[in-house]
Amino acid sequence: MKTEESIIEKESVVVRFSGDSGDGMQLTGMQFTDTAAFLGKDLSTFPEFPAEIRAPAGTISGVSGFQVHFGSKEIFTAGDEYDVLIAMNAAALKNDLKNLKKGGIIITNSTGFDAKNLRLAEYPEGENPVEDDSLSDYTLYNINITGLTKDALKKSGLSNKELERSKNMFVLGLLYWIFDQSPDYTINFIKEKFSGKPEIANANILAIKAGWNYGETTEIFNTRFKISTSKLPPGTYRSITGNNATALALIAASEKSGLPLFLGSYPITPASDILHELSRYKDCGVKTFQAEDEIAAICSAIGASYGGSLSVTTTSGPGMSLKSEAMGLAVMLELPLVIVNVQRGGPSTGLPTKTEQSDLLQAMYGRHGECPMPVIAPESPSDCFEVVYEACKIAQEHMTPVIVLSDGYIANGAEPWRFPTEDKLKPINVVFTDKPNSENDVFLPYKRNKDYVRPRVLPGTKGLEHRIGGLEKENETGDISYEAKNHELMVKLRAAKIDKISEFIPKLEFDSGNENSKLLVIGWGSTYGSIKTGIDELIDQGIDIAHLHLRYLNPFPENLEELIRKFDKVLIPEINNGQLIKIIRDRFLIPAIGFNKIQGLPFTSTEIKNKILEILNINLNGN
Amino acid sequence: MATETSEVKEKLTYKDFAPDLDVKWCPGCGDYSILKQVQTIFPDLGIDKEDFVFISGIGCSSRFPYYMDTYGIHSIHGRATAIASGLKAVRPDLSVWVVTGDGDALSIGGNHFIHLLRKNFDLNVLLFNNQIYGLTKGQYSPTSEAGKITKSTPYGSVEQPFNPAELALGANGTFVARTLDRDPKHMKTILTKANEHKGTSFVEIYQNCPVFNEGAFFVYSEKETKKIETLYLEHGKPLVFGDSDDKGIRFDGFEPVIVDLKNDNVSLNDLWIHDEKDKIKANILAGFADYKKDNQHMPRPFGILFSSERPTYENVMAEQIEAITKKKGKPSLNKILSGDKTWEIA
Repeated sequence: MKTEESIIEKESVVVRFSGDSGDGMQLTGMQFTDTAAFLGKDLSTFPEFPAEIRAPAGTISGVSGFQVHFGSKEIFTAGDEYDVLIAMNAAALKNDLKNLKKGGIIITNSTGFDAKNLRLAEYPEGENPVEDDSLSDYTLYNINITGLTKDALKKSGLSNKELERSKNMFVLGLLYWIFDQSPDYTINFIKEKFSGKPEIANANILAIKAGWNYGETTEIFNTRFKISTSKLPPGTYRSITGNNATALALIAASEKSGLPLFLGSYPITPASDILHELSRYKDCGVKTFQAEDEIAAICSAIGASYGGSLSVTTTSGPGMSLKSEAMGLAVMLELPLVIVNVQRGGPSTGLPTKTEQSDLLQAMYGRHGECPMPVIAPESPSDCFEVVYEACKIAQEHMTPVIVLSDGYIANGAEPWRFPTEDKLKPINVVFTDKPNSENDVFLPYKRNKDYVRPRVLPGTKGLEHRIGGLEKENETGDISYEAKNHELMVKLRAAKIDKISEFIPKLEFDSGNENSKLLVIGWGSTYGSIKTGIDELIDQGIDIAHLHLRYLNPFPENLEELIRKFDKVLIPEINNGQLIKIIRDRFLIPAIGFNKIQGLPFTSTEIKNKILEILNINLNGN
Repeated sequence: MATETSEVKEKLTYKDFAPDLDVKWCPGCGDYSILKQVQTIFPDLGIDKEDFVFISGIGCSSRFPYYMDTYGIHSIHGRATAIASGLKAVRPDLSVWVVTGDGDALSIGGNHFIHLLRKNFDLNVLLFNNQIYGLTKGQYSPTSEAGKITKSTPYGSVEQPFNPAELALGANGTFVARTLDRDPKHMKTILTKANEHKGTSFVEIYQNCPVFNEGAFFVYSEKETKKIETLYLEHGKPLVFGDSDDKGIRFDGFEPVIVDLKNDNVSLNDLWIHDEKDKIKANILAGFADYKKDNQHMPRPFGILFSSERPTYENVMAEQIEAITKKKGKPSLNKILSGDKTWEIA
């Protein structure tokens, strides 16, 4: 009989699964995450994988990682450092050891540390970290995971290769035991996924149980962790990634507006999952059009919008550049359109699988001519739902293309989501004009309402036949006009229409702190979690910091200036070389301070915290 | 949207399709003729006026929508085909017409052009081919003949042109036809057939640019040369041309050979009979005029080179949606939002 292991209660834990791209770490991480969520924990994830589908096995460039931060408190980031690192091979350990907490747990697969793997990971000849004492600052469990998995499955009749592939399930089973989480969720998942291949399903389930039993029966592990259920607001939850939330928002907006959904898209990382997800919803009448290129993707969406659909195009930075001419057309035509840019590291192909916030200036100004467009950005995976839904509402109600700036971090990251029910969604009001709108039964396609919005007419409406186009139009009639004063008027009217939207968006409120706080931090988009966590920790230590997080980047909320003017010091952290800061400085002429990280990675909350302390000249260590 | 069939329709005339504004093409431009023929056939197509949509790109030809009193978009360079695809995908009820030019469709819009043909949306593409860039004042185009001297090629262009019909067939187009501005009767027939065809109908229209490429197609329209330089195709009829219909085309293996009906001891029955459903022959016809073997000077074919139906994109898409909806039933929005796996937090 085994001696009773101690159970440590923890508020939150960060686990990093790390292995070769072929080791199934993304699936393992997602299963662990879904189980934690299902068992009522709050969490945030950070999948990180190479741009190559199968980078050379065993090398550092082939390492695929999945980080999950889960706990009973509110979780806003995937965590700066991890408590537990699973390293399936030497390269994984080498790549990811740097962010493991001192005293943290390392679980390694000993077969991943043979001479070949050590060489590929570029450890010096004769050095093996799992055998020497170089990891003495940590608790190391070096287990022959491959061997134990094969032993457990030897009667399964599967090939050696298939057996080896199940090793990630052994790891998952062991982790479930360590964190006292039931493996049932994953077992059900496997049964469903391999319903047509019972032998594979059984092998994987056996591997999970073998992992669990290994923890239970061996004397190696003397510590288990218990994380109690989180104090999230009561309600019904599901797990959601940013890209899936985007897809659901589009379906919801289509239902609520009564307009059929059309997506014109061209595959591009990290936005393709939106296309994949929406393509599944044929039963909702969703039309997805995989176009021949990015330009055709947006142009088909413009055509569909003209035809009366709720029209969307999804892409990432390079695709955004290709679409920019057509965006100019959409602005000129004044048709509704939602353009989702899941940002990645750029320019050019850049860092296709890594995150960045570097397309803000492009979204604001990156078009020919005077071409203003609303720009809004989600702050978390589930917030993609709110923001994309809002983008659809603005586009339809104000007859304008709208840009949504998501990014790779929140697009692929997952979190629990207290999803709304249909009746809680704001209405989207769509009005199609079917009668002349001026005297003598004349229809004027560019005669605007008080919010500068022009009427929308469906082709097929009797008696209102008219042409629209990219050439400058005469005010109200929409006829071609090259008249000097008219062009200036039209440029200003198009801008006024966008500015007017600020009257329809909520006033900005402090996320933390208030107008008397020592410093104002302004963030936008996916940096929310890191900023929020960093500031919360400072507030706990008695340092009062204010945080405003901008969802609406164009137009800004009406009260932004009033709030900014209350502070002497404004810090703007961004995952780029300083873009929002340029807009804020330009608009309000204030000496805002930038804090920039351009490493394809999100901020850690510690980085935010330290920057704030540096600005405020505070030394927390007192020396 | 189609009006009720019971409603008594007023008979439209070409004037109903002519908006009250000045047409601003250059005097003598072939576009005038094309506009007139389109306006003339439209009342008889059995389509409600409000259901026509013209989509164009950029170039002289692309001003066309402004001169048609229908719905329409004058869009951006090369993209009319892509915009029309999206419109037709969501509105199969509309009669969609793309008006484009040799630069618009084959240069900047080449990619969308071939993919539109491949996808086979049921719409009509009228390509006004004048073998020159007119709106930008006279540069060579992708259909200009090699060696063409223009503003951008003062010593002659160094590249070979596209043959639009060959390109369209290569892109798996289902309706490929050619006509010309100076043959109004033929053009009306071809445009009517293009409208009838279910699928992307591609009509190349040779169009004279009197300012930058005057007379590029006169050999096919002026009476001194027309009979010997043109070959008018009719489905099921032998290939005959010449001043007094005295020449024919015979198929020798896979080679077209000109025969003299008066002297060569051949009858009409020996000639190549045009079959618009034969893709192999259509390919040969498309490249016909460039055929130079044995110093034969081949006439240029006009008419429907190829016409064969296959399912349209929008129909297959709609059928798929219908079949899946029938099988699975339309889920409620609440069900979609919740997904399959949820949990409660009390």
